[in-house]
Amino acid sequence: MSVMSREETEALINEVLEVYPAKAKKDRAKHLTANDHEIEQSKKCITSNKKSLPGVMTIRGCAYAGSRGVVWGPIKDMIHISHGPVGCGQYSRSGRRNYYIGTTGVNAFVTMNFTSDFQEKDIVFGGDKKLAKLIEEIEQLFPLNKGISIQSECPIGLIGDDIEAVAKKSTAATGKTVVPVRCEGFRGVSQSLGHHIANDAIRDWALDKRDDDNSFETTPYDVAIIGDYNIGGDAWSSRILLEEMGLRVVAQWSGDGTISEMELTPKVKLNLVHCYRSMNYISRHMEEKYGIPWMEYNFFGPTKTDESLRKIAAHFDESIQKKAEEVIAKYKAEYDSVIAKYRPRLEGKKVMLYIGGLRPRHVIGAYEDLGMEVVGTGYEFAHNDDYDRTIKEMGNATLIYDDVTGYEFEEFVKKIKPDLIGSGVKEKYIFQKMGIPFRQMHSWDYSGPYHGYDGFAIFARDMDMTLNNPCWKQIQAPWKADAAEEAAVAASA
Amino acid sequence: MPNVMIRHNEGKMTLYVAKRDQEDEIASIEFNSEDSWGGTIELTDGTKYYVDPLDAPPKLPITLRAKRG
Repeated sequence: MSVMSREETEALINEVLEVYPAKAKKDRAKHLTANDHEIEQSKKCITSNKKSLPGVMTIRGCAYAGSRGVVWGPIKDMIHISHGPVGCGQYSRSGRRNYYIGTTGVNAFVTMNFTSDFQEKDIVFGGDKKLAKLIEEIEQLFPLNKGISIQSECPIGLIGDDIEAVAKKSTAATGKTVVPVRCEGFRGVSQSLGHHIANDAIRDWALDKRDDDNSFETTPYDVAIIGDYNIGGDAWSSRILLEEMGLRVVAQWSGDGTISEMELTPKVKLNLVHCYRSMNYISRHMEEKYGIPWMEYNFFGPTKTDESLRKIAAHFDESIQKKAEEVIAKYKAEYDSVIAKYRPRLEGKKVMLYIGGLRPRHVIGAYEDLGMEVVGTGYEFAHNDDYDRTIKEMGNATLIYDDVTGYEFEEFVKKIKPDLIGSGVKEKYIFQKMGIPFRQMHSWDYSGPYHGYDGFAIFARDMDMTLNNPCWKQIQAPWKADAAEEAAVAASA
Repeated sequence: MPNVMIRHNEGKMTLYVAKRDQEDEIASIEFNSEDSWGGTIELTDGTKYYVDPLDAPPKLPITLRAKRG
């Protein structure tokens, strides 16, 4: 099946929704749409950021996941306490592959799990004393930590512990930043609210620490990378491009980031936002309070990287703009050879994506650079403003799904028959068993980085490796292979 | 009474409603002169908000309390 027309896409949506009871069908229909370039505002065609209903399979996370896992977790020199029962922290430990430099357990703590391990008595009598003791112990055992964040799990909100008071007392005692984060898992409909809560906690407890301190020498070319979580080293391959064009990267949020980088961010000249969904809140705050402009950029695939570098350079003087062109020219030969090598092997292949809050639209450019076509995309936890941006990126009449259920996704795949699916680990084995090549696009399937020109070479190789893997030809039992193929094999022998 | 943030975005003046995560271009502002600024703000999609008029055009971005206009 080649590109579907609008009627076909809509018919497909209706067909898939057919099995639901009337009420569920009505509700789910709002979350599925055929892309229409003529619509400016996504709210006219798709509903997003709504509670998933019981009875359907969703792959969303919780507010705790958004705060502990996404925003705070990668800050390497702070200790993030999973405050509550042990499971939340332990089962999400070290799964996100945000790389960092440092000695784990000495001055970096990203892959470790610190938890207050709530027991029944803590629920009954409150856990504040335990938390205070835990922070004391951390100070003794890990004296090189630069701060502590308290990431609440569900029970903290339910029993009404006053973690703010503990945080203030501990800050007074140790002199280190202690941040209470009210990111109980039951808040909101997905991890998205956790991002917001985490951003607000940064704003209230960490960001303004060095407002009166002017000892930091600034340059006119200071920028901060915001919302790059350094999955497989992404932030590093972005950072070198920015540094090559003459900018000084003061802070990386929060992949391979530190608390002091965060405190210095209000002194930069421009905030570069990669993940809009998780970090726009703090960027807006800094724009209002410190007058720092921010812009979104996209470092997936050479076309978008070129575009973004020029857009970033436009915020600075001509020397930077000239250097940006030099950087683009320098890498052109490199990425042209990557495209020359892989494009013939990948040309015309169809991709379906279902990822978190940014990549469903950001990676489209990278696939298009390889001659591939994204025929369906969707977000777990995006809001309307994300879909506004997606409409422009996607082809007309392509399928867009919000918080797609397990059933719908499988049915879409069966009907559209894409050549490659990009989603998370929970989907991976379902689709691989259906015989469809699959890449995890949250963790880069244990590869990466994918950002920047260097990352594109790895991206292209990985896609080729997955799509053209000989194993996909072995899916069918040999005695079931059709006669035509047999004849071809016989002829070639 | 939502909090709205008014800012410039790529040359256009936009209104951002934090609670709804929605950012839309402003089509018109009732008072937009040197000595008064604010009043009914209409967005390109027809939604209206009302902010109490200020004495002078503010430095953007600015967060204001708005009423449904």
